[in-house]
Amino acid sequence: MYKILKAEELTTNIFLMVVEAKRVAKSCQPGQFIIVRMDEEGERIPLTICDYDREQGTITIVFQIVGAGTQKISSLKAGDSFHDFVGPLGCPSEFVSEDEESLKKKNILFVAGGVGTAPVYPQVKWLHEKGINADVIVGAKTKDLLILEKEMEAVAGNLYITTDDGSYGRSGMVTQTIKDLVDEGKKYDVCVAIGPMIMMKFVCKMTEELNIPTIVSLNPIMVDGTGMCGACRVTVGGEVKFACVDGPEFDGHKVDFDQAMKRQQIYKTEEGRAFLKAQEGDTHHGGCGNCGGDE
Amino acid sequence: MDVMKKVPVREQDAKERATNFEEVCLGYSMEEAMEEASRCINCKNAQCVKGCPVSINIPGFIEKVKDGDIEAAYQIISESSALPAVCGRVCPQESQCEGKCIRGIKGEPISIGKLERFVADWARENNVKPEGAKEKKGKKVAVIGSGPSGLTCAGDLAKMGYDVTIFEALHEAGGVLVYGIPEFRLPKEAVVAKEIENVKSLGVKIETNVVVGKSVTIDELMDEEGFDAVFIGSGAGLPKFMGIPGEQANGVFSANEYLTRSNLMKAFDENSNTPIMKGKEVAVVGGGNVAMDAARTALRLGAKVHIVYRRSEEELPARVEEVHHAKEEGIIFDLLTNPVEIISDENGWVCGMKCVKMELGEPDASGRRRPVEVEGSEFVMNVDTVIMSLGTSPNPLISSTTEGLEVNKWKCIVADEEHGKTSKEGVYAGGDAVTGAATVILAMGAGKAAAKGIDEYLSNK
Repeated sequence: MYKILKAEELTTNIFLMVVEAKRVAKSCQPGQFIIVRMDEEGERIPLTICDYDREQGTITIVFQIVGAGTQKISSLKAGDSFHDFVGPLGCPSEFVSEDEESLKKKNILFVAGGVGTAPVYPQVKWLHEKGINADVIVGAKTKDLLILEKEMEAVAGNLYITTDDGSYGRSGMVTQTIKDLVDEGKKYDVCVAIGPMIMMKFVCKMTEELNIPTIVSLNPIMVDGTGMCGACRVTVGGEVKFACVDGPEFDGHKVDFDQAMKRQQIYKTEEGRAFLKAQEGDTHHGGCGNCGGDE
Repeated sequence: MDVMKKVPVREQDAKERATNFEEVCLGYSMEEAMEEASRCINCKNAQCVKGCPVSINIPGFIEKVKDGDIEAAYQIISESSALPAVCGRVCPQESQCEGKCIRGIKGEPISIGKLERFVADWARENNVKPEGAKEKKGKKVAVIGSGPSGLTCAGDLAKMGYDVTIFEALHEAGGVLVYGIPEFRLPKEAVVAKEIENVKSLGVKIETNVVVGKSVTIDELMDEEGFDAVFIGSGAGLPKFMGIPGEQANGVFSANEYLTRSNLMKAFDENSNTPIMKGKEVAVVGGGNVAMDAARTALRLGAKVHIVYRRSEEELPARVEEVHHAKEEGIIFDLLTNPVEIISDENGWVCGMKCVKMELGEPDASGRRRPVEVEGSEFVMNVDTVIMSLGTSPNPLISSTTEGLEVNKWKCIVADEEHGKTSKEGVYAGGDAVTGAATVILAMGAGKAAAKGIDEYLSNK
């Protein structure tokens, strides 16, 4: 059992939990993820690592309610436990193994969308601890849905916030901010974009035009997370890759996003979609490509 | 009674079982088991033992069954096997012990598998446990993976007195016995969980949710956590796909995914939170035991199911018993048929599979006649689900994170057959991680050999 030390609703339908998981906390790196199972009947749910404390042996996870599974775990409180908590899974971000000196010379841009802000945070923090300040764009539908602003501000070089409805920070999509920054004369050697599939697709379109190599982190359907089931397969540069062992980060300019978006809806039946929309209301983030939440 | 013939074993009726997940074979009663045991002529130079990868004293335990002393029979089997209730159910006895049985020359061989199953089931029902170690060795061994090879290796080492911890990546112990082989062939609660409890009763600890290579490395286990030796029994790995157009369509699954959802996650059960596609018409591509398991699972979930295999019936790699059961239950065998494309609708869902007919040509490197496409034979199967059961390729998680661990050109871990010794000192390996996908009992044999190898290594250290 893996004890929950803290549980907090960051904003509507987005939750943060600090969980005791010594082995994961000891070995995880930016870019990796974990899988939880709430109880004996629970689904295996892959979730983002938002932060880790090696000394305390804890992992901070952030998740959004997107279905029955996440809905259930959102009811857990401090003092409760996860039945299972396994990781770290997937490969660490590429820069973790890069030469520090060459890394310091790079201008890195992070683009985070919605709950995607959570997995971006440990990457920016890791770089910050090495004395590397990266620019970060955080996009949210509206001001109230923005998460981890203070935390991100503390570790980012420049933080640019944009809301779809203009209720806070800049107004418009993250792609607009990318373009604006480049137009203002900013130069970036690499971009890391994490957020809804549809956002990553359009960021990649934009950065391809701007000639900025871009890494994305995919979160396809998964069962075991160790390479065994192949449910998470994605096509990258014409090759089939397993997101759990080959990823989750890939060259965004090579990812077949349309296929990945179709595959995300395999288990989203009509009924399930209706449930989702009802549960999420205005925050419905889309990504399934079929429910209209993307528009 | 006809001594040339096996005492028949009772089975669930084919029509009835096609709609449930209860076990197909019902096993022998005490009377039937004793009658079958009395057919054994107790050969001095028993060939059956030579056919058994873990060398069970077969005539010895059968002799005890004949006398009705099932507890003694169980202890004889337990000397060699940690998982008799499993082996009695899933071993390919026809090509191993029973294949060598002298009785089999003129008549039917002794039903060794069913007798083993009977003994193990009796022991479980009567709460008889295997005997543990008398003395502790004071040395620690880590076993990676709780499948057949890991459980066997761990059980043997524990019996020798070693302090053994198994690290399992999934949330439940058992490996392929839990995620791969379906309930109707190998009941999970009643059989697998109990066999694992027996291994634990020998003193073996099992830590689940540890992905070795990610959560901890082999070097860390040895250098920081004080393990004197390591056995890698991490299993088969990544499912293969055909590489044909349309294979990423929604409704194409690996057999691993399909079976894991149903077996490990219990998706066949209405109460499970894990979903599974219940196709109307399903094609399972491949002809091995895993293909049969996937097909029979899909059938029980309500589908019309085809096995699509590019060679003929003779070449089907699955056990004859499995093919026979599948046919009885109504699985359609489309043999000498090969998929060339998966067709999907505008939303990306499978709506058909384009196939060609094949014929057998000259024998290839494997000695089997090579299937050749029949020109102009293209046709479309109207299926909404395709399950690929084409075998696996090794998982890189351990080999890529363990310095000095040699792999071969297929990326399987290199280990010698006799002791399971790898290129890294103190590290042993066996089972599918070494051989590629094979059988439960071969993996158990490898786990057993490695336990012996590890004991020799640690005794001389």
